[in-house]
Amino acid sequence: MSDLTKLKVSSSPHIRTSDSTRQIMLDVVIALMPSLAISIFVFGLRSLTMVLTSVCGCAFFEWLYCRTLRKPVTVSDCSCIVTGVLLAFCMPVAAPLWLVLIGDAFAIIVVKMLYGGLGKNFMNPALAGRAFLMASFPVMMTLWTKARTALPLFVTPDVVTAATPLSALTESGNFHLPDATLLDLALGMTGGCLGETSALALIAGGLYLLYRRVITLHIPLSYLGTVAALTFLFPHGNAPASFMLTHLLSGGLMLGAIFMATDYSSSPVTKKGQIIYGVGCGAITVFIRYFGSYSEGVSYAILIMNACTFLIEKVTMPTKFGYVKPVKAKGGDEK
Amino acid sequence: MAFTFKGGIHPDDGKRFTAAKQIELLNAPTHVVLPMTMHIGAPCAPLVKVGDHVCLGQKIADTEAPVSAPIHASVSGTVTEIAPKLHPNGSMVQCIVIENDFQDEPDPSIHALDPDTLTTDEMVAAIREAGIVGHGGAAFPTHTKILSALNKIDNILINGAECEPYITSDYRILLEYPWEVVGGAKILLRMFGLNEVKLGVEMNKQDAFPVLKEYLPQDESIKLCPLTTKYPQGAEKQLIYALTGREVPSGKLPADAGCAVFNVDTAAAIYRLFATGMPVIRRIVTVAGSAIANPKNLEVRVGTPIDQLIAACGGFSEPPNKLLMGGPMMGISLVSDEVPVIKGTNAILAFCKNECVTAKNPVCIRCGKCLAACPMRLAPTYIYNYALKRNVAELERYNTLDCIECGACTYVCPGKLPLVQGIRSGKQLVTDERRKRK
Repeated sequence: MSDLTKLKVSSSPHIRTSDSTRQIMLDVVIALMPSLAISIFVFGLRSLTMVLTSVCGCAFFEWLYCRTLRKPVTVSDCSCIVTGVLLAFCMPVAAPLWLVLIGDAFAIIVVKMLYGGLGKNFMNPALAGRAFLMASFPVMMTLWTKARTALPLFVTPDVVTAATPLSALTESGNFHLPDATLLDLALGMTGGCLGETSALALIAGGLYLLYRRVITLHIPLSYLGTVAALTFLFPHGNAPASFMLTHLLSGGLMLGAIFMATDYSSSPVTKKGQIIYGVGCGAITVFIRYFGSYSEGVSYAILIMNACTFLIEKVTMPTKFGYVKPVKAKGGDEK
Repeated sequence: MAFTFKGGIHPDDGKRFTAAKQIELLNAPTHVVLPMTMHIGAPCAPLVKVGDHVCLGQKIADTEAPVSAPIHASVSGTVTEIAPKLHPNGSMVQCIVIENDFQDEPDPSIHALDPDTLTTDEMVAAIREAGIVGHGGAAFPTHTKILSALNKIDNILINGAECEPYITSDYRILLEYPWEVVGGAKILLRMFGLNEVKLGVEMNKQDAFPVLKEYLPQDESIKLCPLTTKYPQGAEKQLIYALTGREVPSGKLPADAGCAVFNVDTAAAIYRLFATGMPVIRRIVTVAGSAIANPKNLEVRVGTPIDQLIAACGGFSEPPNKLLMGGPMMGISLVSDEVPVIKGTNAILAFCKNECVTAKNPVCIRCGKCLAACPMRLAPTYIYNYALKRNVAELERYNTLDCIECGACTYVCPGKLPLVQGIRSGKQLVTDERRKRK
């Protein structure tokens, strides 16, 4: 008979899924790879340099924070890789590399770690990092280059800024659709942030996340649906369908709806709450694009809704199984 | 179309190891250990002394308490010891030890009963005397359940969901003794004066459907209802919802939703009682898990020490890390293999590696998977956090006491938080506080 003195005794359950936090984070990174590939094709290898710099920066700052404060080092959960890739994805490819590192430091140290680390940050670190950079370095954060321009790998390129499809679309008084065709927008052959240009590559990543059950449809669908409905019902110009599609495919909307708004820590945990949150993101995005001074509204829309997440969650808690209204304390046969 | 509930999880059901294994009769052991607590409710007091000769099926312990079930000798022989011994739940419980004389001489009082000539009260009394308890695992005394439901219900449900992974004992009963299950259901129908019973079986046990259909009565009084394969489909409240669309009111009994649920093996035990007069002395147990050399379904005497079941399955193939009584989702982990099989034992599982790793610094990443999995529609991560903070007011607000401890939240958690373990401590905090307030 075997030695039974080493039997582990614990409270049930005694089995668990093989999913883990690290697996989920790596799945998100995998889902972002098609967009990175397109980005390298459109903007050259400098995209890769930007992304790698950002990932290393995020990992380094998280490690530095944990070591300095003598806390367990949490880099191995890989959530910093996701933040790193996403922050680089929402910057112009021509921005200097040191700017990426400043964004990383703000995202990881201020937004994520100071609030308690993974799962405790109430805002998406990558988006908050981008907002910080937009406020502090507005010129460098809008250095849009044309697609297929050769850029140096490490030194800051000297580029003349070109209009993005979205800025052409939302500039006040301009009711013309951009020059880029819908196909260009879907494939990503346009100017814009590093990882946001190809809607198709982002959707492919989103489908992978759905397949892996990392995300559900609630947030992306309610977000995109709201933007689609509002832009179709209140179009600029007289071609509502192509106006709507241009809005859906341009700017950071796909990146935001699929990868940013679905960030676990900063979005509601309840399904009903996720729908309200998605609709809110969509409405604010359209408001900023229509009426704001920025051409892009996705990042601020998501950040504003991040701040509402806790409240939304509180009011959308599911009704428990077998709930009986207090007045009918002596409930009969049926609920 | 299969019936189901909202939420739940899909763990690997692990039933392939024993699903095809016919029930094997394990020889009666040289001695049986019968704890005075094999059920939910008051413990029994011994009716025999050391040295007494007992017959097979003789009542050897009983109590006056309404929620309890008497205990019977599962072998004939001599009482050799009445002393506290290790119970599967880890505590020391008064046990009667009987040395087997291998005569299997039945108690003279045992005789078959005719359900058609007995009144409902007489039938309930017979079930009480036979010590029948819920065989699904919780071991709630069946006569208490029937008494609480008489004249209040319009639905009898037979639970053949067997949603716990690895366990195949109910499945084998459906395949090999379908007439016992159907016969038990007919007796329940007569007892309650109703004309329909629903028998819910999960779709992963479809092979049993044609076998069962052969025995179902022509008048369609027993309906076979397929259930979606999902954990915890066999939880009482979830089964009632799946089959009737009713939700048992929070804090109330199934009878308050007009339902009574009986496990398939409980129904079979009722049938056997009326057919032979024999009280509960046997049990069908699945022995499986990665550390068991040759997994099997065994028919054993209640009170058989479990090391004999494991030996009958070729012993351990590897040193076990965990030994469980019951399923991997809600079973209890044993401290030793020197505990007896009790009435509620449906499985003995042994795993070689720890399959439930809890992270050293578990972190909730707020993925919301626990909320989606919770069959009671609670917010496990919230309850867990408030339990850690010992915040009783918030624990009450988030309906901590409604948790059925199915463990679905803990299973799905990618952050490896000990959710249900924390919620259990939260429940304790709430009940302590309520008691203080009274």
